[in-house]
Amino acid sequence: MLQIKCPWCGLRDETEYKYGGQAHVAYPEDPAALSDEEWAQYLFFRDNPKGPFAERWVHSGGCRKWFNAVRDTRTYEVLAVYTNNDPRPEISPEITATGVAAGGQ
Amino acid sequence: MADLTTLQGLRRSPLQDMAAELRNGSVQGDRAVLLREWPFLTMVNIRVEPGSETAGRIEGVLGASLPQQCGDVTGDGAHSVLWLGPDEWLVISQAAPESLVGSLQSAAEGGRAQIVDVSANRTVVEVTGPGAREVLEKGCPTDLHPRAFADNTAISTSLARVPVLLWKVDANTFRVMPRASLASYVGVWLLDAVAEFGPRASAVEGV
Repeated sequence: MLQIKCPWCGLRDETEYKYGGQAHVAYPEDPAALSDEEWAQYLFFRDNPKGPFAERWVHSGGCRKWFNAVRDTRTYEVLAVYTNNDPRPEISPEITATGVAAGGQ
Repeated sequence: MADLTTLQGLRRSPLQDMAAELRNGSVQGDRAVLLREWPFLTMVNIRVEPGSETAGRIEGVLGASLPQQCGDVTGDGAHSVLWLGPDEWLVISQAAPESLVGSLQSAAEGGRAQIVDVSANRTVVEVTGPGAREVLEKGCPTDLHPRAFADNTAISTSLARVPVLLWKVDANTFRVMPRASLASYVGVWLLDAVAEFGPRASAVEGV
């Protein structure tokens, strides 16, 4: 089973979490000014990288807080977890090349 | 206005109908496990910015600090404070809910805080005895070994796939706190789970 380290509760099973999609998708400054196409881009279009992907998770079975995690989509390895106030951490190229990581410790 | 004193007498706890079943279904022997509901405990949910002035006043009323880490439980007298999240706590107490909520709310007045009486939200099932940990390990994904789960620790987790608060008081005493609507399911699951640990109390006493 995938284990994810909640920033507040520590390592817990994946079943305690729910997935929230791509992280760092900012709400448009002025939604009314957007064209239909731009609005659709904001609503429906998400990255689908092969490799590290920053995504939102919520610890619904524990502290019920949202946080962000960088997960390698090839290996399911969680490379980093960080709170919503923190910037996206840099993931070193060696880690992304081999898919080997410290499990988000 | 409804007569609250009459209503108090008419209250039914979520596991009231299972009291005898839990008592007779408990098992005895080397790995004895005793099941029992502890109904009508006062529970108050607190949300406040930790370390703020309002939090300090709330701590003054409780006579205990608000725990800062997952699993921590503070307070040793009238009230116990459980960590639910970085800005959320649960007070468990035997004090009357109206007076506790009232004094907490007046302490929080003027600050940013939320104090809610959630006494009816959960009930407490006490699982005690030398086999208690093994029984809970059958249905709980969290590591309950003493090296990972110390005495006087409380966490939100799941038991038999339903969300519960699990409070380990000491090595042989656990308090399982399911939502009221899931309490009978948890009770039935526990009755089934303890069966392999020894003879039923009812069989021993010849009830």
